[in-house]
Amino acid sequence: MSETNVDRRELKFRKPGVDRFFHFVVTAGALASLLVLGLIAAFLVFRGFQIFKDMGLSFITGSKWEGSGNPGEPTAYGIAPMLVGSIVLSLVAVVVAVPLSVAAALFIEFYADQRIKKFLISLLDLAAAIPSVIFGLWGFFILAPRASHWAMSLNHHFGWFPLFHVPGQFFDGSPFIGGLVLAVMISPIITSVSREVFSQTPPDQISAAHALGGRKWSAIRYVALPFGRSGVVGGAMLGLGRALGETVAIYLVVNIVFKTNINILFSGGGNIASMIALKFGEASNYEVKALLASGFVLFVFTLLVNMAATYIVNISKRNRV
Amino acid sequence: MSISLQGIIGRGDFERALNFSVADGDVLAITGPNGSGKSTIIHTIAGLISLRSGQLQSDNIMWDAPDSEQWVAPENRSCSVVFQDLRLFPHMNVLSNVAYGLRAHGVNKDEATARSSAVLSRVGLSSFEKRQPNDLSGGERQRVALARALVMEPRVLLLDEPLSSVDSASRAVLRQLLPEVLSGFGGATILVTHDPADVEALASATFGL
Repeated sequence: MSETNVDRRELKFRKPGVDRFFHFVVTAGALASLLVLGLIAAFLVFRGFQIFKDMGLSFITGSKWEGSGNPGEPTAYGIAPMLVGSIVLSLVAVVVAVPLSVAAALFIEFYADQRIKKFLISLLDLAAAIPSVIFGLWGFFILAPRASHWAMSLNHHFGWFPLFHVPGQFFDGSPFIGGLVLAVMISPIITSVSREVFSQTPPDQISAAHALGGRKWSAIRYVALPFGRSGVVGGAMLGLGRALGETVAIYLVVNIVFKTNINILFSGGGNIASMIALKFGEASNYEVKALLASGFVLFVFTLLVNMAATYIVNISKRNRV
Repeated sequence: MSISLQGIIGRGDFERALNFSVADGDVLAITGPNGSGKSTIIHTIAGLISLRSGQLQSDNIMWDAPDSEQWVAPENRSCSVVFQDLRLFPHMNVLSNVAYGLRAHGVNKDEATARSSAVLSRVGLSSFEKRQPNDLSGGERQRVALARALVMEPRVLLLDEPLSSVDSASRAVLRQLLPEVLSGFGGATILVTHDPADVEALASATFGL
């Protein structure tokens, strides 16, 4: 290879003042959100530290919640049943919501005509803004009576499957019903994220699928769905994050009982957030610390789920060629 | 007569009147400068855009005739396209890319796999079945796109600048391979190109824009 003499010079570039100001404003905004998040975490750790110190790992793995921390009174706090309850409720919600949301997203993006599409997208945004207490009331008065019958029917036909087994014929206020309410709550966000990802399917790929003899469904199945798969997973994880932290709807619909219940059709259960809401009003000072420590566990868990969602959505963006 | 187009094609503000036909076994090269409507012809025949007026028919079946509101959807036209930008599906391996059209037409998996393997062998890619398109060279990707079109056994094969996006070495290989492949193809071929060497190597007739 021959060497070439190149006159090198240093390139200098100074951003205009407006750019630097804007950069400062957005950086300050981003740092402020991080700071608030950090302060919330610090507050929860600070207030709950004594509980982590006193209970150790059994705070996560234990399944007793008794005592008020007064001297001489046996006190033990462990959030395992509510942690399991949070996961079970959220998983029921995601399992029900994802297929419905993906179908809705495909309909809006590929089948609905332009006017209906705009209307449905607005409706989705509206649905995402409905307060959870409304979903809770709807779940309590409208859904729960019907869902109890569905639960009975599921148990009757599929009771051999451990999840659908019940130790007694009590179907009200079950994780199944709570999960259905959560599913309705998180569907808008999953549908919205999925539709957004499907809308980015390269039109050239769709037209190539048609030019090779693929009908609309074939193009969706072989091109749009694989293209949007990671995005759908990301949307589901975001929905899971919301479901994990839901309080009021679960408080209203599920029969809050401090026990580990993985028989999802059977009455009783709950999640960390609803447990905090239930116990906070009458808790002793020491118990309040335990509730704040529970809040910290939920905070970390939700943060991890959201980080996983972001990671998955980023992978999906990288894989788009 | 395998395919004939008499009418006005168009995209946006661009319009052009055309009148040509291609018989089975013939390779018609459509030549012309950039912006003369070469790719628009391919897209019109494939059914990805419609004729402005006139008629497009293949084997006496009207594919597109706006005046009499006749239209055959792209997936129902017996034609396959090798696009200029190839448009391989990046998430599918080579075999799945080639088998896509057959599977979309309801051919069972075993038969689709066997037919796709046979065509990949014809274009010299039998050992590339499990590779992803992004791991292939430009010439190899071009051959996958050709196999994907041929496996459908179409009546009309549309090649949009098939040699424009490959390096000179791959182009030489493809100029040898394409005539062999096209000689075994019984339908009509329309080749869009701006390179006289492609016309010389591949075409039996020329249509200038």
